[in-house]
Amino acid sequence: MFPENLKYSHDHEWLKMDGEIAIIGITEYAAEQLGDIVFVDVNTVGDTIDQNDVFGSIEAVKTVSDLLLPISGEIVEFNEELEANPALINSDPYNAGWIIKIKPTNVSEMDALLTAEQYKEEIA
Amino acid sequence: MKTTVFKEIHEKLGAKMVEFAGFYMPIQYEGLSVEHLHVRSKVGVFDVSHMGEFTVKGPKALELLQYITSNDVAALHPGKVQYSCFPNGKGGIVDDLLVYSIAENDYLLVVNAANIDKDWAWVSQQNEKFGAEIANISDQISQLAVQGPLALKAMQKLTDANVIDMEYYTTQTITFAGIPNIVFSTTGYTGAGGCEIYFKNEDAVKVWNAVFEAGAEFDIKPIGLAARDTLRLEMGFCLYGHEIDDTISPVEAGLGWITKFVDHKDFIDKDYMLQLKADGLKRKLVGFEMIDRGIPRLEYEVCDAEGNQIGIVRSGTHGPSINKSVGTAWIKTEYSKIGSEIYIKIREKLLKAVVVKMPFYKG
Repeated sequence: MFPENLKYSHDHEWLKMDGEIAIIGITEYAAEQLGDIVFVDVNTVGDTIDQNDVFGSIEAVKTVSDLLLPISGEIVEFNEELEANPALINSDPYNAGWIIKIKPTNVSEMDALLTAEQYKEEIA
Repeated sequence: MKTTVFKEIHEKLGAKMVEFAGFYMPIQYEGLSVEHLHVRSKVGVFDVSHMGEFTVKGPKALELLQYITSNDVAALHPGKVQYSCFPNGKGGIVDDLLVYSIAENDYLLVVNAANIDKDWAWVSQQNEKFGAEIANISDQISQLAVQGPLALKAMQKLTDANVIDMEYYTTQTITFAGIPNIVFSTTGYTGAGGCEIYFKNEDAVKVWNAVFEAGAEFDIKPIGLAARDTLRLEMGFCLYGHEIDDTISPVEAGLGWITKFVDHKDFIDKDYMLQLKADGLKRKLVGFEMIDRGIPRLEYEVCDAEGNQIGIVRSGTHGPSINKSVGTAWIKTEYSKIGSEIYIKIREKLLKAVVVKMPFYKG
């Protein structure tokens, strides 16, 4: 439920570094809280966005929730699989359900993110 | 916060519990979409014990109800149920409700949980002029809504009364699961068919167990209030605080069909609504379907193509059975025609939608 190789934000996003690129999604806990996800709205590809600013939104049947960028960066890719199948976030939040890839502009911001252990404590 | 008698049962079943209308209620068990689709295809059970119940009896009962409700109570006869609302004397609605004709001069009103206190004060105040025998029995009564195409078949196992052939919106007082004097009606808030069952709190656990035992062969499941909302919205049924509230009249909210301007019936706001109709309605409740991708939510702005506001969203969701995003809105009459293109402002963007005929789900 909390992969050790990921970093976590207080707002329930996860982040994984892959070379120069960071992959970002929402945690299994967040997906469960939202319920059935029916639409992911990201139209910030190409934009450079500050840490904790909104890069998109996620719609479940009952609620809408903003997506916040865990670290500053340029949005380079949106997971287009989510357009046809947003429920991937519910079924596989840490793999097929990734949401965006970014090119971080300030990697030191990673230090403020939580480890799996810390995140687990935070939501306990 | 109030609880229903089924609280422990919901918790044991692993329901997600939240506060709703002042009650601690199950919002979801397995997952909203699964539960929603289960009601459409089989049978599901909702704990709706939070709903309020008033009895209105005696020789003045009809006169009181004719005056305070919008529908024609004289058209009711014992065994019939009627959807209605309480106009508020200021061009709005106090609440919507069901009026059950149990017997001659014996009515049961079923009102929304969130409005029980307000409704009771209103009915009591109006009754000063009439003197009907009224009582608020909300705290003594529990209710289950058993909904879905297999509901009546399953419930028939629990009674000798013929319930499977009951017409929509009728009621009988029957012995059910061995318990006498149970009010059973073919009503509901899902459009999936089925019934609603009213009983005393002390019989509640016995009824729950009997219902689930009888329903086991039909794959009966408990359903949360989240699915109740998506089911009702797919049918275009009004929800108080959304499609209707104390600022909009029944005739503007698409409830002209339960507002009867007949000679033998004087009622609150009758003249006001006649005038409103004569002048031409300025706004109307409509249903719409999203063309662009996005989900409308309560109080989002409805705009024309230039971004000028022409209305306001009252409900919105993604409908699991229709697999579309739909909503309701109060909108200026000139934009209310079926097929009219409108725009919903979602996160500062104008997303295209089209006015459609309700219900959204045509099953």
